[in-house]
Amino acid sequence: MIRRLPHVDRVGIEERAAQLGKRSIKTTAKQQGIRLAVSMLDLTTLEGADTPGKVRHLCAKGVCPAPTMPEIPSVAAICVYPQLVATAKEALHGTGVNVASVATGFPAGQVSLEAKLRDTEDAVAAGADEIDMVISREAFLAGDDTRVMQEIVAIKERCGDAHLKVILETAELGSYDHVRHASMIAMEAGADFIKTSTGKASAGATPGVCLVMLEAIRDYGERSGRIVGFKAAGGVSTSKAALHRLVLVKETLGDEWLTPERIRIGASSVLNDLLMQYAKTETGRYGRSEDFSKE
Amino acid sequence: MSVRTRIVWDYAPAPEATDHVRLKDRYGLFVGGEFRDPTDGRYEPTINPATEEPIAEIAWAGPGDIEAAVQSAGEAQPKWAALKPLERAKYLFRIARLIQERSRELAVVETMDGGKPLLESRDVDVPLAAAHFFHYAGWADKLRYGVNAREVTPLGVVGQIVPWNFPLLMAAWKLAPALACGNTAILKPAETTPLTALLLAEICQEAELPPGVVTILPGNGDTGAALVRSKKIQKIAFTGSTAVGRDIQAALAGGDTKLTLELGGKSANIVFEDAALDQAVEGIVNGIFFNQGHVCCAGSRLLIQESVRDEVIAKLWQRMRLLRVGDPLDKNTDVGAINSAEQLERIEVLVAAGEEEGATRQTIECELPERGYWFAPTLFTDVSPAHRIAVEEIFGPVVSVLTFRTQAEAIEKANNSRYGLAAGIWTDKGSKAFEVASALQAGVVWQNTYNHFDPTAAFGGYKESGFGREGGPAGLRPYLRIVR
Repeated sequence: MIRRLPHVDRVGIEERAAQLGKRSIKTTAKQQGIRLAVSMLDLTTLEGADTPGKVRHLCAKGVCPAPTMPEIPSVAAICVYPQLVATAKEALHGTGVNVASVATGFPAGQVSLEAKLRDTEDAVAAGADEIDMVISREAFLAGDDTRVMQEIVAIKERCGDAHLKVILETAELGSYDHVRHASMIAMEAGADFIKTSTGKASAGATPGVCLVMLEAIRDYGERSGRIVGFKAAGGVSTSKAALHRLVLVKETLGDEWLTPERIRIGASSVLNDLLMQYAKTETGRYGRSEDFSKE
Repeated sequence: MSVRTRIVWDYAPAPEATDHVRLKDRYGLFVGGEFRDPTDGRYEPTINPATEEPIAEIAWAGPGDIEAAVQSAGEAQPKWAALKPLERAKYLFRIARLIQERSRELAVVETMDGGKPLLESRDVDVPLAAAHFFHYAGWADKLRYGVNAREVTPLGVVGQIVPWNFPLLMAAWKLAPALACGNTAILKPAETTPLTALLLAEICQEAELPPGVVTILPGNGDTGAALVRSKKIQKIAFTGSTAVGRDIQAALAGGDTKLTLELGGKSANIVFEDAALDQAVEGIVNGIFFNQGHVCCAGSRLLIQESVRDEVIAKLWQRMRLLRVGDPLDKNTDVGAINSAEQLERIEVLVAAGEEEGATRQTIECELPERGYWFAPTLFTDVSPAHRIAVEEIFGPVVSVLTFRTQAEAIEKANNSRYGLAAGIWTDKGSKAFEVASALQAGVVWQNTYNHFDPTAAFGGYKESGFGREGGPAGLRPYLRIVR
């Protein structure tokens, strides 16, 4: 495969993304936006110290984020390491909240293809509804698009019915041209979602990166007729940032995209800020972080 | 996933508060450092083009007022010029800071009086106006370094006539360099948008600027014509239409009044096949729909390379339909009201001509308010270079699309205009951008961006777009006499 890079202008894309950050989201728009953002969350814990106990707590939080505000919906999914999928699956049984699992040697992906496939199979076997894989940045940066694509195809095959989210780890790709190119490779290879980051790199779902990927999704969809979802992960830690990402979606892909089936926000800490901001629209006061449980 | 209720999300109305604005019912002429009634007592309302409601009564200057104003500015000038340059700079810095302090109020008033979206007056007009005063404040004690180390003196009293599309910003573009150079200035704001210039007069008072250094004389075209013909003015700086510019030049012919003109345009925005197309589309939108297309350097002639024509037009149309047209005071409005009934009519006439000549018109569907002056963003394809909409300045949210096959043809078509104010080039290839830029007859050439302004950069035209430069060190030259 001969690599032909697309053109993305850094200054232009960042300007547009920043401009959309100036939309004024107040009153009812803020309330609805926060509810929407919560419904799109992949509430995540990816620590070496994760235990079944912690995952069960997180699942309970995801199903009912704020018992005092019943209008706040459940999150879309709980995202864990493969080892903890079974625990999450059991805790979420019958709630409508999905279990997502990272796989393929997350986060660096520097393991053999066999190990990646095995990792994926384990997570699927344990009951994961969604698999978040990482692309081989090492192959991508060396110009080996074929290998990047073949890996995604192979993993997609092992996913079975599980949805495949392909993590580009954009902070390691080095340019917006690369982000757009990697987005296209992932979609061509069969990704159900493309996702910005692992959350373990120096930067994540910056507004510019999100916009480049959303434009790629739009253009790929127009060309192929296939709808691919988008997951913003890494660095979305405030309500303002979450709403900004939703504005990017709304004004790039349109209103019909504003659903958890197509858009996800991966985060661990943003949920409580969303709840505090929601409570503020009701009470007029910004509460304390202790008002809501950590997990 | 279980069935969830669909959450619908739209932006709620987000009108900017106006209760902090303290407008007076009436504004007099600003002469000799104070507001005074016009000698013939004439006051006219200024209206909000988004609602057609009057906002305030504005004094219009008659011949007697102009004479008194020239007298006062003439008396103030030698003292102003004799100040230590650093002292003049201090006044300009003070004005810049006061513009920043009152920025919220200025933005709201600019939007109410002119119809432009608040997000533009807030993020572009007002900050840039302050930036121009800051920039020229810095030049006040370094003037000779702006003109190749020659010895310079101010000209004297200068008359400045500004248009209605950027009322405060154009006042800043004109006043800041004139004052920095040691001149005193008589500014005539546009008939439909005098308010922010009058707030700037209040700011001059607050800054304790010596009386007579800045004079503001609102009025209509007659006021401007009389100002131009005043014998005791050493220079006229005009921004506006080519027709009026011509009239001014004829009136000054044979005399020694200096003149700079910044006139109309039909600027080419050139999209090459190797451009970053999504960003080019943003640039096209910003080039023509910024300020409802009421921009002299608007990218109103879109030249697209044939190989990417369909793709660019599809993307552009998709993007245009997302534009939010409506209440200019709403913080989420992208396209506001047309400035006046007169301008709306001009746009309608030219758009009708485009349809008659056989171009294909597409106008976005959007709800427009019942009152006020509105024109929805419009795209013309199948335009020929001979069509009126490809030649004449529409000065509204209307873009005409032409195509080209090669770089040489792009340059030829771009230059095939009686105007030459600005141009845009969209390509990812640096060498091509430089080559095309140097071949274009345009005062400003933007590469991979459009409608970006900065006080350090010179702005002005070729051909019927006028002469003289504003901004940066080049903007000092028209306000100085070189002694040796």
